[in-house]
Parts: sequence; structure tokens; C-alpha cells
Amino acid sequence: MTTTDVNQELKTQEYLINMGPQHPAAHGVLRLILTIDGEIIRKVDPDLGYIHRSIEKMCERDTYKQIVHLTDRLDYLSSHINNEAVCLAVENALEIEVPERVKYIRTIMAELTRLASHQLWWGVMGMDIGALTAFMYAFRDREMINDIMEETVGARLTMNYSVPGGVMFDIHPDFQRKVKEFIKHFRKALPEYNTLLSENIIFKKRLKGIGYISKEDAVAYGVSGPSARGSGVSCDVRKIHPYSAYDKVEFNEVLIEGGDSYDRYMVRMKEMEESMNIIDQLIDNIPEGDYQVKTSALIKLPKGEFYQKVETARGELGVFIVSDGKKSPYRLKFRSPGFSNLSILDKISRGHKIADLVAIMSSLDFVIPDIDR
Amino acid sequence: MYDFSKMTGAIHEWLSSLMPSLLVTTIEWILIGVVFLALFAILGLVLVIVERKIAGFFQFRLGPNRVGPFGMFQTVADTVKLLLKELVSTNKVDKFLYNVAPFFVIIAPLMIMAVIPYGLGLTAYDINVGLFFVMAVSSIGVVGILLAGWASNNKYSLIGAMRSGAIIISYELSMGLSALLAIVLLVGSLNLNDIVMSQQAGWWIFRGHIPAIIAFVIYIITGTAETNRVPFDLTEAESELGAGYHAEYSGIKFAFFFLSEFVNMFIVAALAVTLFLGGWLPIHIPGWEGFNNIMDYIPSPIWFFLKTSVVIFLLMWFRWTFPRLRIDQILTLEWKYLLPISLVNLVLMAFVVMMGWVF
Repeated sequence: MTTTDVNQELKTQEYLINMGPQHPAAHGVLRLILTIDGEIIRKVDPDLGYIHRSIEKMCERDTYKQIVHLTDRLDYLSSHINNEAVCLAVENALEIEVPERVKYIRTIMAELTRLASHQLWWGVMGMDIGALTAFMYAFRDREMINDIMEETVGARLTMNYSVPGGVMFDIHPDFQRKVKEFIKHFRKALPEYNTLLSENIIFKKRLKGIGYISKEDAVAYGVSGPSARGSGVSCDVRKIHPYSAYDKVEFNEVLIEGGDSYDRYMVRMKEMEESMNIIDQLIDNIPEGDYQVKTSALIKLPKGEFYQKVETARGELGVFIVSDGKKSPYRLKFRSPGFSNLSILDKISRGHKIADLVAIMSSLDFVIPDIDR
Repeated sequence: MYDFSKMTGAIHEWLSSLMPSLLVTTIEWILIGVVFLALFAILGLVLVIVERKIAGFFQFRLGPNRVGPFGMFQTVADTVKLLLKELVSTNKVDKFLYNVAPFFVIIAPLMIMAVIPYGLGLTAYDINVGLFFVMAVSSIGVVGILLAGWASNNKYSLIGAMRSGAIIISYELSMGLSALLAIVLLVGSLNLNDIVMSQQAGWWIFRGHIPAIIAFVIYIITGTAETNRVPFDLTEAESELGAGYHAEYSGIKFAFFFLSEFVNMFIVAALAVTLFLGGWLPIHIPGWEGFNNIMDYIPSPIWFFLKTSVVIFLLMWFRWTFPRLRIDQILTLEWKYLLPISLVNLVLMAFVVMMGWVF
């Protein structure tokens, strides 16, 4: 080497690094094959299949009532909403009108689930950025929701509360009091969340301008849920195609135009407030009546294709049933929000650093079993 | 105040009356070595349990409470576990560097511990360039981290080690320039004991005007960065790199890295106390003679460790509150903000000293 080489531009070599399948930031078994130049990401190649349980195939084997149980395992953080999606699809196909009471209970439960899911996401987001205390704050409050669920439903996470035709049991006598207590507590706790993370200058610097999704990209890649609403895409299924009791409540669809990770973060923070508003409007007005419509033990759907979409904590979950008139579906397809949201990861994280990739991943709020069914 | 040099002098004379001077020196070396190794281990054990308890306090939980009263022996149990664990290493590690790296990491804090004044007459190695020695030796630790990252043959470890190198090399600049040189300007000596003694009229953080306060703040920031703790814990960055540079280490080798982090934290706090908060000097309030006399009865090492633990609590508070910075943000903070501020601060301090504006 002579001294004249100094003027030559320094060449760097890109290298591959496996992020996952076991990696603390993936919160599951997601494998990302990263092409890295120093610390800068050139390419992200998600490799799926590590937690594939062929749930869609299993649905073709099971009866409609059994299918509901499988949906808990899709996006385990919005398990009730998943249950509800299948139940609504089956009810629509059979043209069952469920009692008002059921609609109210389902909506309250769905919003509680959304709150619990967003709380966990918030804690994990803090942990990914490096603020470990946030995780414990989130778990303190999430525990209260889990207790409410346990009392009424019997399970804390995989709830299995909805059945085609209604809900499995009536609500616990303490349910309304406990939910109100929780809402009262959480209205005080949410500002704490904001002081701990949202207002923190380091946290803001880590998220602002990172992982920008334009409005067009969000639509093109099929990004849905809070991740899309952070880019200003109006896509709240609760608002556009109201189901259950969402047409009876007033709530705002949170829309922020920015499109970066911090905007997606703020959408979820504001959604928690909206969820509390929805619960507030419903909790005192649960009408009297049956909690279930009797359905036959072996439901048979008429021949045809049925589609139902709901808004889970992560975005739009679609259930597409093709029935040939037998006791189990001919084909059942879940349109899971996580899979579509993951597809944009490569585009938005190129040129950022490894630390940013972790931030982007948590701002998109992945639950791996939802991506990999 | 009891002068500990009387005690050490007595031991020295007693040994000298028994054996030739060469043997005396050897025995004294061994004694001091044993004392510092014990202090190292005890500091590590105590700080780990304190950290976990404080973490519990910040996070609405109890922290460890199963082994011993209030879980006090939890770290002892953990250490025994780490000692008994098999030393696993991957196939293609650079064996020599891989094995030698943990020692670099613990040698640095051990050597610095020798010059710190723990009390009146309680310094193992009282040299006139004490502060310079600290700055020089503290850089050895990063060699260990770089070696560990390189020798592990793991890309994550390498990224962690490179980050560590970048951080420590840049943060040492403003640590030395601002924090330490500012005080040296005030005192006119690099000897740590002289620095402590010069604060008898009042601590430098109060007497040194605004430049001293700025220097203290910068010192705490850079000190946190030097010890690789949150918000500067990029080298480990659990959620990004798994465990960073020590990902491939197990058992007692891992424990070396782990303990040295805590002992480094102690050293940063101890230096902060020595330079800015009066070292082992008791709290004196001018005018309250009775109060001051009572304070004088408390032995100097107790004052030293008390003040140090306050600063340590501050560092732990950072850790359990702040998110982690990104590597480019950390370097921006240093080169664009802290370093210019330190340089200006140094000039300011020189001006203050020149005009004799010290209280």
C-alpha cells in the first residue's frame, strides 16, 4: 500500500446478520435476515414459519364452535376480538340476530382487550428503547384487566368468551363495578405513561423521523390499524363498518398525519383514551336480556362465501369462510393485520440503524403468532 | 478525625521489627492486594443487590427477597452459581484473547481503586499524579471490551465492542477536559489527597461558581457513559444486541464483566465525591460549631462511602428512568455539545481562578 491510496474512497463490506429466531426485540420467533453495512441496515428479509401451526388447515377439520377456540392463538393479545370475528361471521351466515346485551358485552370486552394489548405494547416499546421501568408500569395496570377477565370469563389471556350466538356466560355481578374502578384508575395512570416516555426527550429523539410510512405506501402495502392511522389513513373498521355496539357509541378515529414511529406511538396512546370513552358510554347501559341465542350443537353454514372484518388492537382482521354446507368450512382464511404490517418493514427500515429497526418493529406492534398462523 | 496513617504506620513498624525490609514490602503488597480484591468482590456483591432493590423500588415490586433477610444473600448465591458453572465457549473463538479479555476489564478498576482516598490517610498508593493515573488506567478497561467483542467471533459482540470503543474514546475527552481539569485548575494539584484537603473550607461544587457545577453535570454524564450504563448502555443493548460484547462468555468470566461494571460505577461515584463533594471530609455548616464537632467524630471512611452511595443512587436512578440513546445520538451529544461546552467551561474556570473569584 502506498500513500496515494489514501485518496481512494474507503470501501466497506456488507455482511449478513441473523436477527432471530431467538432475539429479545422480536418478542417471539421472528427471524429477520439483515444485510448490514456497519450499523446501517441495507436490507431486511423476514423469514417466517418458526411458529406456523397451520391453524387455517385445522379450521377445515373442526366444527364452527371449535374454530373459535383456535382463534385465541392467532393474536393472543386481542384474543377476544379474534373470537368475535369468527362468531360474527358465523352469525351473519346463519342470519342470527344476537341480543343487545351480547353486543354491549362483546364491545366492552373488545375494548378492554384493546386496552390490555396497548398497555403491553407500551411496556414492551419502552423496554425495546431501553426504559425498563415502563414495562412494570404497564403490567401493573394490565393486571387489573386480566383480573376482570378472569372473574367473568375464567381465563386471563386466551379468553374464548364469544360463541356463535352470544357469549359463553353472563357477566360476573362485580364486572361493572370493577371495570369502572379500572377506568378511574387508568385515567390517572395514563398521564404517568406520558411523563415517563412520551415526553422524554431521549424517547422522542429515538422515534421522531424514524420509519416513515407515507399515506400512499400505507395503502399500497395494506398496512392497517394504528400503524396506518399514524400515516393519516382512515381505516378504523369500527367506524367504517360498525359491528356489535360500535354504532351506538360516539368515539373519534385517531388520525395523525406524520407517518413516523412517534406518530404511530401517539395514535395508540390516544386510542387508549378513546377505548376508555367507549367503555364509559356502555358500561352503565348494558341492557337486560339473554346472553346467548340457542344454536344447534353442530352448526352447519349454508353454501357460499362469508366475510367479516373487525378491528383488532393491531389492525384489520378479516375472516373469510368458504362453506360447502358441511359442519366445517371448506376453506377458512384469516387476513391478519400483522402479516401485512410486516411487509412494509423492509421498505421503511432501510438506511436506518439497528437500534432504529428495533424501534420501528415495536412501533408496528408485531405479535408473531399473528403473522405466522 | 482519626488519621489512618497512624494505624498503617504502626503495622509497618511492627513488621519491620520482625523481618528484613524486602520481605516487609512483599507482605505489605500482598496484604493490600488481598484487601482490594476483597473490597472489589464486596462492592460488586453489595452494589448488585442494591441495584436490584432500587430497581424494585422504582418498579412497584419487591426485588429479591428469598435468600436471606430481605434477599441480602441473593447475589452471594448468584456468585456461587456463576463460579460453579461450566465455562462454555464457541468453537472458533480466538482462545488467547478470549481468555485474557475479562482480566483487562477487572484490572482497570482494581488499579484505580489504589489511588482513591477512602479516608484520612487511607490511600494505598498516594502519588502526585493521581488524577492523571486514573484517566490513563481507566482506558485499559475498553481494551478488554474490544478484545472480548473481537475474540468472541460473534457479529453482535463485535458491534457492541465497536460501539463501546467509540463511546469511551470520545467521552474520555470531555471527562478529562472539563470535569477533571477544571478542578485541577482550582486546586493546582493532581494528587487526590491534596484535592480533598483543599476542600476543607467548602466543597468545590459550591465554591467553584457556575463552572464547577457545569463540570459536575458533565462529569456525571460522561461517567455514566464510561460505565456503559443506561442511557449509554449501547454496548450491551439487551433489546438490540442480546448481550453485546459478553454474549459468548459464561460462568465466572461473565461475572468478571458483570462485576466490573458495578465497580466502575463505584469508581465514577468515588471520583465525583473526591473532586466535587469534599471526599471523605465531614459535612460542615459554617457557624454551627457544635454540629461541626459532632460531625468530626464520624470516621472519615463512613463519610466517603455515604457520599459515594448518594452519587451511586443518582446513577441508578438514571438507569431505571431513561431510555437508551442511539449510537449516532451519543456521539453527537459528545462532539457537538459536551466537548465545546467543556472547552468553554475550562476557559471560564481559568478566568475564575485568575480573578480569584473562588469563595
